[in-house]
Amino acid sequence: MKVLILAEHNGSILNPSVYQAVTAAQFWNAPIDVLIAGHEVQAVAQQAALIAGIHQVIHADAPQLKHQLAEHVAKLLASIGHEYAVILAAHSSFSRNILPRAAALLDVAMISDVLDIQADNTYARATYAGNVLTTLQSKDSIQVLTVHSSNFDVVEKSSTAAEVVSIQAPNAEYSTRWLSEDRAQSERPALSTAKIVISGGRSLGSAETFEQLLSPLATKLGAALGATRAAVDAGYAPNDIQVGQTGVSVAPDLYIAVGVSGAVQHTYGMKDSKIVVAINQDLDAPIFQVADYGLVADLFEAIPELTAAI
Amino acid sequence: MKILVVIKRVVDHSIKVRIKPDGSDVDITGVKMSINPFDENAVEEAILLKDKGVASEVVVVALGTAANQDVLRHSLAMGADRAVLIESEQDLQSLAVAKLLKPLVLREQADLILIGKQAIDDDAGQTGQMLAALLDYPQATFASSIQVAENAIEVTREVDGGTETLGLTLPAVITTDLRLNEPRFVKLPNLMMARKKAIETVSASDLEVDIQPRLKLIKVAEPPARKPGIKVNSVQDLLEKLRAHEGIQI
Ligand SMILES: Cc1cc2nc3c(=O)[nH]c(=O)nc-3n(C[C@H](O)[C@H](O)[C@H](O)COP(=O)(O)OP(=O)(O)OC[C@H]3O[C@@H](n4cnc5c(N)ncnc54)[C@H](O)[C@@H]3O)c2cc1C
Ligand SMILES: Nc1ncnc2c1ncn2[C@@H]1O[C@H](COP(=O)(O)O)[C@@H](O)[C@H]1O
Repeated sequence: MKVLILAEHNGSILNPSVYQAVTAAQFWNAPIDVLIAGHEVQAVAQQAALIAGIHQVIHADAPQLKHQLAEHVAKLLASIGHEYAVILAAHSSFSRNILPRAAALLDVAMISDVLDIQADNTYARATYAGNVLTTLQSKDSIQVLTVHSSNFDVVEKSSTAAEVVSIQAPNAEYSTRWLSEDRAQSERPALSTAKIVISGGRSLGSAETFEQLLSPLATKLGAALGATRAAVDAGYAPNDIQVGQTGVSVAPDLYIAVGVSGAVQHTYGMKDSKIVVAINQDLDAPIFQVADYGLVADLFEAIPELTAAI
Repeated sequence: MKILVVIKRVVDHSIKVRIKPDGSDVDITGVKMSINPFDENAVEEAILLKDKGVASEVVVVALGTAANQDVLRHSLAMGADRAVLIESEQDLQSLAVAKLLKPLVLREQADLILIGKQAIDDDAGQTGQMLAALLDYPQATFASSIQVAENAIEVTREVDGGTETLGLTLPAVITTDLRLNEPRFVKLPNLMMARKKAIETVSASDLEVDIQPRLKLIKVAEPPARKPGIKVNSVQDLLEKLRAHEGIQI
């Protein structure tokens, strides 16, 4: 019995969440292999080889894997999946795109965004926008899952490299072509791993105010910026910083919600934060129910004051 | 181009769902049900493509009990041409749904399948990708923009850190995100008209696929609550408490 991790990377570096996926994988007490799929990604395979406690790196290098399109990576996973009892990845838009497709090819169910592994086939996960904690048991011979990375510790790096095994990727033709990408270039720490996150809501009123009010504070605190869906939909903030059920989940040491009402769809993505501070002018705003420190105030006064005071 | 849109009937997003006292499942008796928001975006997109003359027919399909008639009629009232219910009393999990949809896609010879990126009840986010796998079709998930020219489609996807644009040719499966469009309001006369339209019913058992649940529900519970917080009086008060009680040096 072995466990396989589908590793996310951007062609040159391994995504930090892979180190958390390895902790999740250790639950099975079985050899852990890490799959690196891509084109000319030897360097990434070498990084993966230095993850402490892994068995092997499985390296599949082929032109059609260049953009890690789901069609090709799922086919690759299906071609080696039967050697594994468990196939898992950190929950992200990358794994959510690929793993369900691989699971269907292997004719097994998938368990998404696992919060807690309770037995070798039993998992807790959130449903109904985080209102319900559901425990499920899978009857399948191969367990395919994504894990909620912030619930799992980061494993160490090792000084000795694990063996890297190269394998052939199945060759298949799909019409899918990768055309372009538009990834935010930010000086700030990445949202999903930042120690401090400041999120703004619709009440900021415009993209300019969002930037003018929250950026100086974020810079002073070395924080990442987040936003509610309402703020993103209104064009005040880019889509990739939406926190919540349909955006990203974060669990920083400090989360500051600024003019955020606290809808369940939003709190889904932030309620695992260590300390939550909410600034809202409405005493009854639901965000105060998940806040450790609530300040009932007009954000247009409180934020400049806070920025000046630190 | 023929579009098949998959829709799910779910507990309305504004409802805080109750848990049965014995923790065996959620209790949804008498609760307001609606079309899954992501699926409503999918229906809207299909109708927009029809309005533009790109799509020739829009077929909506739901799976489950006869209760699904309401969301199917809602979609007909939005402008879908036909509605199909794959009827089953079973708990249909993502893989089973994908297996049931495959023969329907083939029967309908649908060119494009639009399906919500996730259902807001189980939050699985799997069915579209699974269907694409079973059909061996190309896929584009989490679509926030769909541009069609002839047989070629350009899809912008919302991914971690930004967006990505893919080009694909039909047939294909696309899963829809909320920012794809703003679903139209259904007008009452349209709903009245939709009431009169026939809904085709296909029995799930006639499709002869394995729909047994692979995941067994062990229990449901309230998520752990955060410990109650306190109100602070001022920005200064907030900073003092963060520094003194939490050791946050800011
Ligand atoms: C299917 C679905 C998925 C969703 N997914 C997400 C998601 O992933 N993430 C997400 O965030 N939302 C999501 N939503 C939307 C969610 O339900 C809420 O509508 C949204 O989070 C509200 O954003 P908001 O708090 O910015 O706006 P509002 O709810 O309008 O709240 C604004 C708040 O600002 C306060 N305020 C106004 N002026 C001031 C001021 N001067 N000073 C201080 N406070 C002020 C108000 O008191 C209010 O509490 C989803 C909804 C659906 C239906
Ligand atoms: N039981 C179901 N009935 C109808 N559609 C479904 C069902 N389950 C999933 N779907 C479709 O698949 C999408 C993704 O669902 P899920 O994979 O469950 O998150 C939904 O938005 C629906 O379009």
